Amino acid sequence: MSSNVDTLGGRPGKGGGFALPPALRRHLATLFWGLASIGLFGGLWELAWALDWANPLLLPPPHLFLADIPGTLSYFAYDNKVGHRGGPGTIFSLLKTMGWTTMRVVLGLFLGFSIGVAVGATIHYVRIVRNLVMPTVLLLAPISPVAWLPVAIFVFGIGDVPAIFLVFITVFFAIVLSTVSQIESVPKNYLHVARIMGASEHQTFWRVILPSILPSLFMTVRLNLFAAWMVVLIAEAVGVGTGLGQITSMARATFNAKLVFFTMAVIGLLGFTFDWALRNIQKRMLWWVAPGQGGR
Amino acid sequence: MAGSMLSLRRVGKTWTPEGRAPVEALRDFTLDVAPGEFVVFLGPSGCGKSTLLYMIAGLEDVSAGFIEQDGISVSEPSAERGLIFQEASLFPWLTIVDNVAFGLSIQGEPQEKRRRIASEILRSVGLGDMLDKKPDELSGGMRQRAACARALAMRPKVLMMDEPFAALDVQTRAKMQDFLLQIWRDSGASIILVTHSIDEAIALADRVVVFTARPGQVKEIVPIDLPRPRPARDPRYHAYRDRFTELLAAEVDRAFAEQEVR
Repeated sequence: MSSNVDTLGGRPGKGGGFALPPALRRHLATLFWGLASIGLFGGLWELAWALDWANPLLLPPPHLFLADIPGTLSYFAYDNKVGHRGGPGTIFSLLKTMGWTTMRVVLGLFLGFSIGVAVGATIHYVRIVRNLVMPTVLLLAPISPVAWLPVAIFVFGIGDVPAIFLVFITVFFAIVLSTVSQIESVPKNYLHVARIMGASEHQTFWRVILPSILPSLFMTVRLNLFAAWMVVLIAEAVGVGTGLGQITSMARATFNAKLVFFTMAVIGLLGFTFDWALRNIQKRMLWWVAPGQGGR
Repeated sequence: MAGSMLSLRRVGKTWTPEGRAPVEALRDFTLDVAPGEFVVFLGPSGCGKSTLLYMIAGLEDVSAGFIEQDGISVSEPSAERGLIFQEASLFPWLTIVDNVAFGLSIQGEPQEKRRRIASEILRSVGLGDMLDKKPDELSGGMRQRAACARALAMRPKVLMMDEPFAALDVQTRAKMQDFLLQIWRDSGASIILVTHSIDEAIALADRVVVFTARPGQVKEIVPIDLPRPRPARDPRYHAYRDRFTELLAAEVDRAFAEQEVR
């Protein structure tokens, strides 16, 4: 193990023979430490099980909850009845469940972002809207998105919409407030340049203000991503009909600890992938933001 | 007045900060700038020289008197009066060539023409191989040259500069002064440069307008009758430097005294 660390993270020349390009070596080191960290965590868990400290009924270690994957997958092929096992589960039923949850998060984030920016910009530009809307936004913003759940169900009933609505609420207020404050802090000289060049208000917004606030808005979305994942699972658990939250809720109701941990692992993986994907989108779309300035 | 491109007549500026007494930044400022003339505004900090520049650009309102360009009253900004700031203020989301072409694209020029004009100008300021770089990949001096190129792309009649080299190191500064004289000759535009550096004023100007402390007024207008380039060894250069030092010292003393009273 320790010799491995030396070659992967160590200085070039040491040990000789190995001449990996630095970027590849960095990636390998990241991968190595990631695996080591997860391995240590799982290992301690397994150890606790082996020493009989962890009850396998309540805290089944990875080798137990990952053992019977086809059996576990069959829970994902159910048709919305608690404890119901559908036909033989396939990887597709799992992917479908993941897909539903992901779709709700993506749609909620997208709507929250675009409507949030639009409302924020309107608040900035139209004084009467600012005076009328801003106090209410400030009042509603601190309310936990979870508290909106009953409202969402009253208004939208059971189904996809309340889950999407909750994700929307999670980012919407943050984006509105961030847009308003970011527009105000656009460097004065950028606006001066636009005016001197003869840009109209419209051109100034789309070509100067928006690109200049986009990086911090994107950061706001990323910071609220985990909250978005949290509320979507809660919404699904309470009654959407499909999705990972529903599976977790059902697993709890049927005391199926293996399924709980399997689903948790899936959720963890999906959340991680999401953050990684957003980071990459950010790098592509907001290429001018240097790493370290909110760019990573 | 014949032969004048820019006319300032008894221009004044008074700020009224909320809940406090009004501050008079500029008073009774009268000046004419000829086409192709190089004018330097020299004065202690806080004397209103930058404010005046913003007013000529049309970014600030005039409180008293008036400013005319080619006989037409200045009421709003125009690309004919280009302005360059202490920071280059290039847009970080555009490449250098797109930054320089920004004004052309606002005017609706087609993509090809924009790129052709912008790269031509960038070549003339020595940034021909930086077209597709990001602004933060350039050094401070290069960024400032790109900012000049952005203003020049609009074929301005006057190029105004608000302490454009203050953020640069001494060596770069000297190079930038040569560069500035070169683009001044090539473009034929008038230049108004704001600085508090006496050496910069003597090295560059046709005429130096010395400001009084606040409220800023014309203390003296000094023509520099030296052929360019102007080596600092020249005894006449020394005479100018002594004269400006004396003029400014009196104003700095006054500004200090006023701050003590407040």
